[in-house]
Amino acid sequence: MTTPLVSIRGLSKHYVRGDQVIPVLVDLDLDVAEGDFVALMGPSGSGKSTLLNLVAGIDKPSSGEIMVAGVDIVKLSEGELADWRAANVGFIFQFYNLMPVLSAFGNIELPLLLTSLSRRERRERVATALALVGLTDRAEHYPNELSGGQQQRVAIARALISDPTLIVADEPTGDLDRATAGEILGLLDRLNDELGKTIVMVTHDPKAAERAHRIVHLEKGVLAS
Amino acid sequence: MLVLRNLFRHKLRTILTALGIVVAIASFGILRTIVDAWYAGANASSSARLVTRSSVSLVFPLPLTYAQKIRQVDGVESVAAVNWFGGVYITERNFFPQFAIQAPAYLAMYPELLLDDAERKAFYTDRKGAIAGRKLADQYGWKVGDTIPLRGTIFPGTWSFTLRGIYDGADKTVDQSTFFFHWDYLNETVKRSFPRRGDQAGLFVVRIRDPGQAASVSQSVDATFANSLAETLTETEKAFQLSFVAMTEAILVAIQAVSYVVILIIMAVMANTMAMTARERYGEYATLKAIGFSSLFVAGLISAESIGLALAAAAIGIAITFPLANAFADAMGSLFPVFYVSQETVTLQLGAALVVGVVAAAVPAWRAARVRIVDGLRAVA
Repeated sequence: MTTPLVSIRGLSKHYVRGDQVIPVLVDLDLDVAEGDFVALMGPSGSGKSTLLNLVAGIDKPSSGEIMVAGVDIVKLSEGELADWRAANVGFIFQFYNLMPVLSAFGNIELPLLLTSLSRRERRERVATALALVGLTDRAEHYPNELSGGQQQRVAIARALISDPTLIVADEPTGDLDRATAGEILGLLDRLNDELGKTIVMVTHDPKAAERAHRIVHLEKGVLAS
Repeated sequence: MLVLRNLFRHKLRTILTALGIVVAIASFGILRTIVDAWYAGANASSSARLVTRSSVSLVFPLPLTYAQKIRQVDGVESVAAVNWFGGVYITERNFFPQFAIQAPAYLAMYPELLLDDAERKAFYTDRKGAIAGRKLADQYGWKVGDTIPLRGTIFPGTWSFTLRGIYDGADKTVDQSTFFFHWDYLNETVKRSFPRRGDQAGLFVVRIRDPGQAASVSQSVDATFANSLAETLTETEKAFQLSFVAMTEAILVAIQAVSYVVILIIMAVMANTMAMTARERYGEYATLKAIGFSSLFVAGLISAESIGLALAAAAIGIAITFPLANAFADAMGSLFPVFYVSQETVTLQLGAALVVGVVAAAVPAWRAARVRIVDGLRAVA
């Protein structure tokens, strides 16, 4: 049996509000194999976004272990986690989260500024990513000059530009119409099928979830299936 | 690139904030220059020159015979009698300092007053001759050979002088707004009208051989006239000049306080701008941190934006300080004989801008660096 890319054991997360302890995730175990495409589904407040944030290393659990590609990210310091995310995680957000003052090219190039690549190498990589998401002719356009679908394509290009081990997507089609959502999901399919990227996606949309290899349901912080 | 683009994201906000900094830095520069102008006399004074005056008050003159006795004090090189004239040129508005001097001795003590040899000779040989500083001559359009009439207030009557020379300063710290004429001419004229006021000097300027001995020479001079009818007070030229500054110290303190208050106000305005800016961008900072940029980088973005804006605006503020200072000096006439923006003032302006930039960014940068990524991303949603 191969070692999963993501291995979660006994994961719990709770928030404290005054003297109240609010559990969000309770003693959760989950494995995600390398090259898998997992959809996290569940009602609002079920803990799916929290689980995604923990896997991506942008939040800390209350207890438990999260191993990603053999690294226990729970034990990493803030600085180590930032470096780890830069090298291993690509983010796709519901509202794209692009820098409004940077062009599509500049936004996609951002993660590469954390690498030692030369300017020429960065340009080549960005050009490849732009071609992959079909936005070569929009390289110099700013986010406010792009449609929602095009902005999400830019965000996808930014997510894969540093060739991460894992891509996390939080409601990537939540702000898009059905047709555009289909295009974005098609793009995620390609990343998974052709580039072998492991994707963990949070979604409310059953149509979107159908694209995943596996659907994980969360209910009140525990796995429902 | 990101810093530069962010700077011009809200153009109106950036321009208004920059305008505030420009006005504040220029005002700070002008106020500091006014304070400097007040101290110009003291700063330009020589440590090799002492001033001997009546120990009671400057308004009481000293006998001319003191000059000879001072000259005999060990360490003294030369002595020149000086009187404040206080005349009026055409109207009371035309104020400028006028001194009756024992010209050869006095001018030898002030090598920083540059006078052409021919003009110096013409001045020395004309009993009613006078010399004026370049700034003063330019102000009233005087040329060598012109007759300058002054109406005496301390020494009544109409006095007429022939301008024999126009002196320049060895550097910009030298006062070029003073009018000098012969002490002998004043003394002889006064003696004819008021014999009892003759042979009296307002003060003596004393040149000493070793500036390091200024204190002991001063004591020796004053000891020479102790227990006499006109006891003396001898001090360095700098101390003498500072005694005038001390009379208006409250005004100077107020001007200095206002100059710092201006900076404090713009610091508060700038801090507010940066706080608003950072608050609007928490989502972007969270995104940057999520994709791997450090908290320090995010804090650096805000700091660089704040410091960059403050320094760029300060550069404009400093640039306009110079023409403003020139216009102010022209408007003030000879009230400030030496008025220029010093290197120290420019450094202080830059320093103030840097402090404004750093302080304004401190809290927003700290907050942005500490913001939890998940909280920042929630702000976008």
